[in-house]
Amino acid sequence: MSEFASGSLTGKNLHLSFGTNHVLRGIDLHVEKGTTASVIGPSGSGKSTLLRVMNRLIEPDQGDILLDGRSVLKDNPDELRQRIGMVFQQFNLFPHKTVVDNVSLALRKLRKLPAEQARAEALEQLDLVGLKHKADVRPANLSGGQQQRVAIARALAMKPEVMFFDEATSALDPELVKGVLALMADLAKGGMTMVVVTHEMGFSRNVSDTVTFMDAGVVVESGPPEQLFTNPQTERLQGFLSDVL
Amino acid sequence: MDALDQLAKTFFDWEAMAAVIPNMLKVGLPNTLILAVSSGVLGCILGMVLAIMGTSRSTPLRVLSRIYTDIFRGVPAIVVILLIGIGLGPVIRQLTGSTNPFPLGILALTLMASAYIGEIFRSGIQSVEKGQLEASRALGFSYNSSMRLVVIPQGIRRVLPALVNQFISLIKDSSLIYLLGLLASQREIFRIGNDAAANTGNLSPLIAAAAMYLVLTVPLTHLVNYIDNRLRTGRPEKKQPDDAAALIGKGAQP
Repeated sequence: MSEFASGSLTGKNLHLSFGTNHVLRGIDLHVEKGTTASVIGPSGSGKSTLLRVMNRLIEPDQGDILLDGRSVLKDNPDELRQRIGMVFQQFNLFPHKTVVDNVSLALRKLRKLPAEQARAEALEQLDLVGLKHKADVRPANLSGGQQQRVAIARALAMKPEVMFFDEATSALDPELVKGVLALMADLAKGGMTMVVVTHEMGFSRNVSDTVTFMDAGVVVESGPPEQLFTNPQTERLQGFLSDVL
Repeated sequence: MDALDQLAKTFFDWEAMAAVIPNMLKVGLPNTLILAVSSGVLGCILGMVLAIMGTSRSTPLRVLSRIYTDIFRGVPAIVVILLIGIGLGPVIRQLTGSTNPFPLGILALTLMASAYIGEIFRSGIQSVEKGQLEASRALGFSYNSSMRLVVIPQGIRRVLPALVNQFISLIKDSSLIYLLGLLASQREIFRIGNDAAANTGNLSPLIAAAAMYLVLTVPLTHLVNYIDNRLRTGRPEKKQPDDAAALIGKGAQP
């Protein structure tokens, strides 16, 4: 796995409400360059929303987002999102395009690469996730695990500084989870800055550098995985861990 | 058997049909196709504008599209054709000197078709999963680019059958243009059949016209079924076993 031009990412005091529903209540999250932060917590705790706020798919009501130490709230959000790759629970590949076109679309239209060069780069990315031989089929003809690996290739093709994973393995059949997690672990080892929202406690514990436990829109506990998993300080984390482990 | 003979003569006088068919093919068919195809194409363009307005984030645009659609979907075709064709006819004559009823006929058909087509496109666009827009925006595409490159192309695919149905309607509705007064060379299929029926006092030419419409529409209805079926079952594509996933588990196939 090649080295990445990754950067650090910081969310400061992020707040978000939908009407009266206060989804994020002052979240602080710092991810060092080249490290992996996993975010765990019960459903509805605001984990996925936090990712969407940090790449400004949803604008925060309050707070700041720093990429490489610089606030990005005033930037064009579309340009910010070119620097942050995102992988979704439901893959969200474009079904009307072939696998390679899924990966090369942003290269052609946003990076303005000529078609052939975009295809070559896309094929290279597909090779990294082991799916070069599927380049010209449509996503519907792939298994879930393959689709998710294509989605990862699609995000990586833009050479992002940070990668977000939003429960990337939750929609996969159990036997396909391992392959995707292994790929994510490779990325982490390669020095990609990653924020991983996950229910995979094994991944969180073994791969990530820091773990953040969220509940009801606040960060309840965060720290190195050994500390959170072996010695949880709060009752809420103890309860959560006893439910999921 | 007199009554039966009478009926057969009224509806299936082969000679009367044979007499009208060459004219129908040479004059009527091209004119019907000109009306239906041009208003179909223009209706798709205007319909897409309406659908984009109808799904936009701007309330005034949505309201505007709604009002237009309600009006042109809710008024009978014959009323729109007469109002546009007869009402605007003199203006066009003054401006261009042309008395050709086709442009206004096409305009009237387009205005009505676009209201329906706009609704078809809108439902298609709105049926595309939210995750598609989200994934496209997460890659760094703007809202507009995401709609253009990702959401709308998928929406259109899903409504192709409904779109073909709309085109069938247009082929049939184009017959109403006869109300605007057509020169001999401007007549479409229905008018040619109707004129011949009036001249001979025999309805067989209208049966010939009906047959001509069926020749156009029946293949299209089957095309709808074909597209529909293909969209539902997916295109036949050979699935290959996946080496990489096979290493991980038995889930090599979806």
